[in-house]
Amino acid sequence: MDNESQYSGYSYKSSHSRSSRKHRDRRDRHRSKSRDSSSRGDKSVTIQTPAEPLLDAESTRGDDRDDNWGETTTVVTGTSEHSISNEDLTRLTKDLEESAPLECKRFVGPALGGCLSFFALVTPLAFLILPQVLWRDALNPCGTPCEGLYVSLAFKLLVLLISSWALFFRPPRATLPRFFVFRCLLMVLVFLFVASYWLFYGVRVLEPREPDYRGIVEYAASLVDALLFIQYLALVLLEVRHLQPAFCLKVVRSTDGASRFYNVGHLSIQRAAVWVLDHYYSDFSVYNPATLNLPKSILSKKMTGFKVYSLDENTTNNSTGQSRAMIAAAARRRDNSHNEYYYEEAEMERRIRKRKARLVVAVEEAFTHIKRLHEDEAASSPKHPREVMDPREAAQAIFAPMARAMQKYLRTTRQQGFHSMESILTHLQFCITHNMTPKAFLERYLAPGPTLQYQQQSGRGRQWTLVSEEPVTSALRQGLVFSLRRLDFSLVVTVTPLPFLRLGEEFIDPKSHKFVMRLQSETSV
Amino acid sequence: MSFVPGQPVTAVVQRIEIQKLRQGENLILGFSIGGGIDQDPGQNPFSEDKTDKGIYVTRISPGGPAEVAGLMMGDKIMQVNGWDMTMVTHDQARKKLTKQKEDVVRLLITRKSLEDVVSQSKGQNPRPGCFTYKH
Repeated sequence: MDNESQYSGYSYKSSHSRSSRKHRDRRDRHRSKSRDSSSRGDKSVTIQTPAEPLLDAESTRGDDRDDNWGETTTVVTGTSEHSISNEDLTRLTKDLEESAPLECKRFVGPALGGCLSFFALVTPLAFLILPQVLWRDALNPCGTPCEGLYVSLAFKLLVLLISSWALFFRPPRATLPRFFVFRCLLMVLVFLFVASYWLFYGVRVLEPREPDYRGIVEYAASLVDALLFIQYLALVLLEVRHLQPAFCLKVVRSTDGASRFYNVGHLSIQRAAVWVLDHYYSDFSVYNPATLNLPKSILSKKMTGFKVYSLDENTTNNSTGQSRAMIAAAARRRDNSHNEYYYEEAEMERRIRKRKARLVVAVEEAFTHIKRLHEDEAASSPKHPREVMDPREAAQAIFAPMARAMQKYLRTTRQQGFHSMESILTHLQFCITHNMTPKAFLERYLAPGPTLQYQQQSGRGRQWTLVSEEPVTSALRQGLVFSLRRLDFSLVVTVTPLPFLRLGEEFIDPKSHKFVMRLQSETSV
Repeated sequence: MSFVPGQPVTAVVQRIEIQKLRQGENLILGFSIGGGIDQDPGQNPFSEDKTDKGIYVTRISPGGPAEVAGLMMGDKIMQVNGWDMTMVTHDQARKKLTKQKEDVVRLLITRKSLEDVVSQSKGQNPRPGCFTYKH
């Protein structure tokens, strides 16, 4: 069909054939930047039931049909009637990611925890100071044992302070959809504990103005001991328990099948999701939507097969039978597209190799044009004044000869969306500064790197949606499947337990390693 | 002297009777054997066919009962007291020969020279003590 009315995803470029090339490039860059606009490393994970459609704004598009639509609209052909064009998608992405406000919810949890821990740390000191302040004269003097208790109290508080700082005062890296059960449990425990201590203190000490100061000091010391133990409990529950591997997670990206296996310990689903995402950003190669489509030359043949249009609202049984017959007839026709796919693949590979060779040669040659100027050389040759450049200028100087080869290579491997000229220049400058060889410079472009490599820093989080049939605070168990969805792809995670290992023992006496030659043995009888 | 699996083995054999000699608390025969189905047949210096895994006489102690009875080095032992020796392991052969309850062993042995003699004296009467062995 003609270019204007075709809305399928493959032809977005042709629909803008009238716009200039520069405009298209700018749009490409803008699109890629908006899709992968990254964060400080923060992610926010929200829960969503699987039945809910992801793009609410779009799903209504197909639903509001009125009876008069047939008169004035041209026929929409393509993969389905409900397809949307790529520009709508990018517009949506941009809206979702840039207009989401910085959530204050992110900081509520840590703030609460901070308050509680401050309260808990100050309490023993308060226990000690209050009697001194309020009824100093009535207190029994307490000598050496109290001094000992003071010192031990001070050091225990110091240890608590340092370890709390080390373990718990870290910026949160993810906001989870439901409460983190263990953390809540611990905070409740601490609160109850400290509150009950205050209660007893108030009743037994403040009211009757207890004169036995040593008892009070011991009371405070016991509180600090108990806090240390609670911190031990926190350490075990939050940090240590999930270290021993118990499950194997298989993570598969839904669009191109890239998969990894990870070993994790006992975690809840939401924590496991955060864990998987941490590793996703550094292990999985970057998602490149341009590599997903089969070349148009192959698919166009497929698309000229039978098309089934349902023109009624209610599809009857008759029509499904009819469509099945049509599909069977289409399948029986001789189909050589696999042949073309094979040759197309081989051709593509050859082309990539050729371009790569040209690129490597161009880069090597370009790098020979500059060399580092050492300190003593600057003064030694007044006869041949050379222009001294800083790294940025040097990069610009040698970029020109390799630019064309680079651009062609990136275009062939469909990576041109990820690398702008500016980013290539920056990388070149970086490599020159650090004395890297051309091969080291090219490492970034020859293979698609992990997703983290392509992220720019920005303050917003990464929005991922955790889709699960079980409540997300439940623990991992065998056969669980959940998926982490982003706008254009999703990661499907399957959980299998690691096998129980029955390790047996066999002792081999080192003296039992004996060998014989294969001879005719001779026995005398 | 090799065998074809499935076909009966034929050989010209000689019957030898050896009286065991008591030496200390053992009864000895005075020769050494080599070979067996668990041994390496390629190392056998006496066999013609290097895949032959039979039991061969590798050494005769001088003056011993075996030498007296006429056993020679390089003989292949086909039977010991009626027990087959062509398809046995080395240890099984040794056990059949060194049964402490038996005083005498009757061997059927074969050697290359016997075949030559028989083929040379074709048409003449076979020498006593030699007959064809059909197994």
